[in-house]
Amino acid sequence: MTAVLDVRDVKKSFGGITAVDGVSFDVQEGEILGLIGPNGCGKSTLFNCILGQLVPSAGEVRVDGKLVTGQRPAELNRLGVSRTFQLLQVFPKLSVRDNLILAGQEHRGSMLSRLFGPSDAGLTTTADQMIGFFKLEHLANEPAGGLSYGQQKLLDAAMAFMGGPRLVLLDEPAGGVNPTMLGDLKDRLIAINRERRATFVVIEHNMEFVMSLCSRVMVMAEGKVLAIGKPDEIRANPAVIEAYLGH
Amino acid sequence: MTKHSKLLLVGLAVVVIAGLIIIPMNFNRYGLYILSQWAVMTIAAMGLNLTLGYAGQVSLAQGAFVGIGAYGAAILTTHGWPLIAALGLVIVLCFIVGWLLGYPALRVQHHYLAFVTLAFSTLMFLVFRNESWLTNGIYGISNIPRPEILGFPTRKPLPFYYLCLGSLALVTLAMWWLIRSPWGRAFIALRENPIRAQSLGIDTRRYTLMAFAIGSVLGGIAGVLYAPLTQYVDPVPFNLQLSLDLLMMVIVGGAGFMMGPFLGAMIAVLLPEWLRVAEGYYLMLYAVAVILLLIYSPTGILGILDRYLSSRRTQAASALRAAAQSKLEAAQ
Repeated sequence: MTAVLDVRDVKKSFGGITAVDGVSFDVQEGEILGLIGPNGCGKSTLFNCILGQLVPSAGEVRVDGKLVTGQRPAELNRLGVSRTFQLLQVFPKLSVRDNLILAGQEHRGSMLSRLFGPSDAGLTTTADQMIGFFKLEHLANEPAGGLSYGQQKLLDAAMAFMGGPRLVLLDEPAGGVNPTMLGDLKDRLIAINRERRATFVVIEHNMEFVMSLCSRVMVMAEGKVLAIGKPDEIRANPAVIEAYLGH
Repeated sequence: MTKHSKLLLVGLAVVVIAGLIIIPMNFNRYGLYILSQWAVMTIAAMGLNLTLGYAGQVSLAQGAFVGIGAYGAAILTTHGWPLIAALGLVIVLCFIVGWLLGYPALRVQHHYLAFVTLAFSTLMFLVFRNESWLTNGIYGISNIPRPEILGFPTRKPLPFYYLCLGSLALVTLAMWWLIRSPWGRAFIALRENPIRAQSLGIDTRRYTLMAFAIGSVLGGIAGVLYAPLTQYVDPVPFNLQLSLDLLMMVIVGGAGFMMGPFLGAMIAVLLPEWLRVAEGYYLMLYAVAVILLLIYSPTGILGILDRYLSSRRTQAASALRAAAQSKLEAAQ
């Protein structure tokens, strides 16, 4: 079976600094891969290389077997690769519903058909289902900027799923979210993973969150892959404990 | 928006439109000229509002597109072309030039983009002034005919005013359609967060170019009306000052608000007329008024209304939350 995401020997240097140094891994369909490592170990740079925000200095990225190295983010997204950012990235002036419609509209029809078609691009129902799924019903018409931080984080995650993606890369989804909402977020992610066979890669510092959410965990240190395996194996790996988890 | 406020808005629109049709029937030639100019400038400002207000791309070249439109109409109609044909040609030309002017916006933003578009504005002014074979240079082009629309002549000021008003209505409808379409949402996304927009599959390059192209077309349409309105064009009205005036109309009215350009153009075109009684001081009063407005509301006149409405919405929401809270406590 072809891996949904296949990363081979990806390198990225900025001047003399090598942020990502020959990373290889793959993610199978329906998997949730956790990506952990100390600050500055190259996790976000790796994400940006996969997603086309940065062009890798070397190496290959394949999605469903298709070579996508260096493709622009918008093209990648239309191929079914979606993401969230470390910092909140919703559109504050648009309503919650419009944020979600916006997140899905470019996956439908051509630019011209979107201009002359319905103003919601036929996505109101899908958006409202997503709103219900993330329990944001009472906020559907509110401008996203008026939501609490945790609610915006949920919206941010919901937006990543509007295009019906094959692969979603989540950059610190739990950062700054309170424990109650965190449970909600985890449940939602697991549900989407099961129901839609969506594949995830998750960067996260919250160990409990990662270990309970992910089927496999990859540890990075100084731009390289230190270990990759099931959560229990990672917890028990001496090199990982040494570099990251602490004694 | 509630049903009640929607009804109120429609009612207000009907009154304003009826007023714009009926009241000017009693206006003299000069009053009609000023009002026609307001309609024309509103069209140009709406174009800039799309490029700047919605899509967030600074442009100091809108005046140049009004110039292209005006010269296009002047040259062609004095050579016997009908105005509608000139309009078609100007739309195509402005779309192409506007699209090309968008390319620098893919590389530079904000002040740097302002300077690129400023250079274009200067370039176009030099073309209008120096390429005499085409534009008749500083002598300009006179005796520009006013068109016949469906057999009705518009030589007199009132019919021509109605032509401007009708054009404004058509442009407004088209703009309203554009803004509420998925394109409008994509333009706003481009303004607020281009990187996130890209990650959602929005082709920010194409939408940036489109914002410039469509905004420029509206500048061109305004120019096509400007030429038969004044019946004489020379390079002076299309220097950098016009681009700056249009920028001010957009900002004062409220950038990114559908109705912003209407108010902005009203202040820029009509206020100086009303302040005439202040004689020598009118420009000073005008400048002070603009400064005070922008200190009080950096988002323009409609920004004041927007703030009022959103504070009311917040109040309503917190009242709702408090009610829900007390219900919850009572149930426990």
